Amino acid sequence: MRNVYPFLLTFLVLLSACGDGGSDPLVIYSGRSESLVDPIIEQYKDSTGSDVEVRFGDTAQLAVALSEEGEQTTADIFWAQDAGALGAVHRDGMLATLPDSLLRLVPTHFRNDEGTWVATSGRARTLAYSPLRTDTADLPRSIFDLTDPSYNGRIGWAPTNGSFQAHVTALRSIVGEDSTRAWLEAMKNNGTKSYRNNTAIVQAIADGEIDLGLPNHYYLYRFKSEDPDFPVEQTFFAEGDAGNLINVAGAGILSNTDQQEEAVRLLQFLLSRDAQQYFSRETYEYPVIDGVAVDVQLPALNRLEDVAPTVDLDSLDDLEATLELLRDVELL
Amino acid sequence: MAPPFRPKWYFIVPVFVVTAGVLVPIVYLFIRAFQAEASLLADLLLRTRNLHLLVNTFLLAAGVLAVGTAIAFPMAWLTTRTDLKGARFLTLLGVLPLAIPGYVMAYVLLATTGSYGTLAHLFDIDIPRLSGYSGSLLALSLSTFPYLFLNLRTSLHDLDPSLEETARSLGYSTGAVLYRVVLPQLRPAFYSGAMLVGLHVLGDFGVVSLMRFETFSYALYLQYSASYDRIYAAWLALMLLGLTGTILLLEARLLWGLLLHRAGTGVSRKVQFVRLGSWRIVAYPLIGIVTLASVFVPVLTVFYWTTTGFIWSDIGAALLGSVSASAPAAILAGTLAVPLAYMSVRAPSAFTRAAERLAYFGYATPPLAFALALIFFSLQAVPWAYQTMGLLIFAYAIHFLAEAIGPVRSALYLAPPTLEEAARTLGSSPLHAFFTATFPLLERGLLVSVAFVFLSAMKELPITFLLSPIGFETLALNVWGLTSEALFGAAAPFALAIMLFSSLFVGLLLLQEKTPAGR
Repeated sequence: MRNVYPFLLTFLVLLSACGDGGSDPLVIYSGRSESLVDPIIEQYKDSTGSDVEVRFGDTAQLAVALSEEGEQTTADIFWAQDAGALGAVHRDGMLATLPDSLLRLVPTHFRNDEGTWVATSGRARTLAYSPLRTDTADLPRSIFDLTDPSYNGRIGWAPTNGSFQAHVTALRSIVGEDSTRAWLEAMKNNGTKSYRNNTAIVQAIADGEIDLGLPNHYYLYRFKSEDPDFPVEQTFFAEGDAGNLINVAGAGILSNTDQQEEAVRLLQFLLSRDAQQYFSRETYEYPVIDGVAVDVQLPALNRLEDVAPTVDLDSLDDLEATLELLRDVELL
Repeated sequence: MAPPFRPKWYFIVPVFVVTAGVLVPIVYLFIRAFQAEASLLADLLLRTRNLHLLVNTFLLAAGVLAVGTAIAFPMAWLTTRTDLKGARFLTLLGVLPLAIPGYVMAYVLLATTGSYGTLAHLFDIDIPRLSGYSGSLLALSLSTFPYLFLNLRTSLHDLDPSLEETARSLGYSTGAVLYRVVLPQLRPAFYSGAMLVGLHVLGDFGVVSLMRFETFSYALYLQYSASYDRIYAAWLALMLLGLTGTILLLEARLLWGLLLHRAGTGVSRKVQFVRLGSWRIVAYPLIGIVTLASVFVPVLTVFYWTTTGFIWSDIGAALLGSVSASAPAAILAGTLAVPLAYMSVRAPSAFTRAAERLAYFGYATPPLAFALALIFFSLQAVPWAYQTMGLLIFAYAIHFLAEAIGPVRSALYLAPPTLEEAARTLGSSPLHAFFTATFPLLERGLLVSVAFVFLSAMKELPITFLLSPIGFETLALNVWGLTSEALFGAAAPFALAIMLFSSLFVGLLLLQEKTPAGR
């Protein structure tokens, strides 16, 4: 009987050693929440049988952590909520150039010039408002109209939010630095309230703290799905106005990954019809490839592209200067 | 005369571990800080805005401390010194706010007020939304008063009533006894609790960002999260630590030479309870209002969220994750706290006090900086430890150690060293003497220490984001992720799970409290 134990122990040790034989899992650092992306990742794992592990967290904190980890990072893919974070990681030289086969899948304005990241879904900047306290006739036609005294103390924005900062970067490239600075200061003087994130803006409108806000488009749909009578509506500014901007969530591959092919396969999956349909239907975002139907609640993408100004998304990397501007006007 | 203090391995090892754990982030911050460009640095640090933010922070901390004490002291006194029924249960209720993450409390306060809030929906009461200083003050006071409550309560339990009886026999009135005998003995407990509350307010950005009140930690958060900037963030973090150091020096001066234990012979007498009589009518509602605001409203609001969009998710894995990291961290923190507190109370010297104070630096270090520092350090020195449970538990324990030290330290102030000396003269080794004579007196304090760290670890976010093994889930990560995507219905089960299991754990701990004879 005594002889069984050493044998059993050796058996167990061997078993555990065999346990994770095979390739390492593909590691994604995702700034997108688990609730939103888990289903699509599971779908990928089921259909390809590959092993994928995800670290979920705050996009900005993950970007900073990636910089800290440097070459020793365990991440293979970085999936960010906004282009700014991708730009920051790209600037640290950590993203690999993506193969043409991948880059070709999206229009040029949905990836950066160096080809180190691609968009996975689109989000539009909108004007959210309270239908109870604002007449549609009184809504501003342009984002620059918001500095009018009639809106004093009634507007909310989120200067710390990545999408807002991307929007300011876009404004800088459309109307120039000085006009953007003037607009920011005028908005501040008009009593515009700063919120922590887009959710907070939409909630504040519902709660009567403000009447107008500048969030991303999909938050309202989430509130409406829980309460169809949610007292907030949204609209775009006039066609071509700088207030309409399409920003993107996107992903890039880390340059020191040892699983380049696997990573490319995953990104290709995210840009496939199935995945893009998922983003459109389940997370209320805009697909970035052609030929995918947009959820009936959303204005059509081509209409959106009509109303949005043409902005090179790569210039959205120019975050540093935007942050300096925001600090200068004491919004940050 | 106490025997000369000889540093043994059971003191040296914890001190070494804690010192290493706390210094690593500080060294990291200095390294990052000196990568700054001088001109940009001046621009960033010497802004009048920073001064404005600092003033805001002080005002908030002072307010939270005042309100917290106003809540905590009466509750502590009522549950230990009067014949109030259900004291144990009320104690549990007084601890439960710690199970609720601060930003959840803020979300709840926001969700309750305003024209779309629960008050408006259910009772047609339309009050303006809470925000700014008042909103932050309320949210933070309700979240942190338990630190003061438990520290004060532990001390009140352990006070030697004979001092008070002597004072009465000398003719002092009840008020004078309270003011001149009881309160001074509560000083160590009050200071530990106040330190925790102060540092908590200093470091919080979840609540203040939701309530739109700009404090210094908000500036720090902006640097990291909005600017992807580790360098200037490091400078702000160091400024925060400098502030902490000043506060610690102040506290040290206030506690220097404090002697609170029995010096003479004899045994501690039984406490005589104050009969409340008709004051009961005031006492119960007072406690009722506090627990209503700090526990019931948050819990019921979160329940209300579940009715608006309930989605069952895999809570099991997240719960296992949370507990498997928080419980060991809490025990580790308690284990490290005892030798540190012992050294600083029994053998006070610059060195021992510094070692104990170091823990507070760990607590004051912004958790994101803490996590980044450990990433930096472990990748350089011990890459095999990177992203392992061991490192995560270590990080939790070191970061929250300050919470564990307070209750143990307060208990030690009130425990007579003569018992240990007596055991030594009877032939016990120092360690054995400690465990038989003093340790039983520390149990209550230690239970509170472990509870504090467990509750804090269950709610923790940045360290968990960055240091946990990949694929590791916790309840807190889920709550945070879902609430920031406005999916409150989905977040609710996770938030409720945090509250429920934290309460169970703490309830279990409090049940271990041995009621002394006569209660």
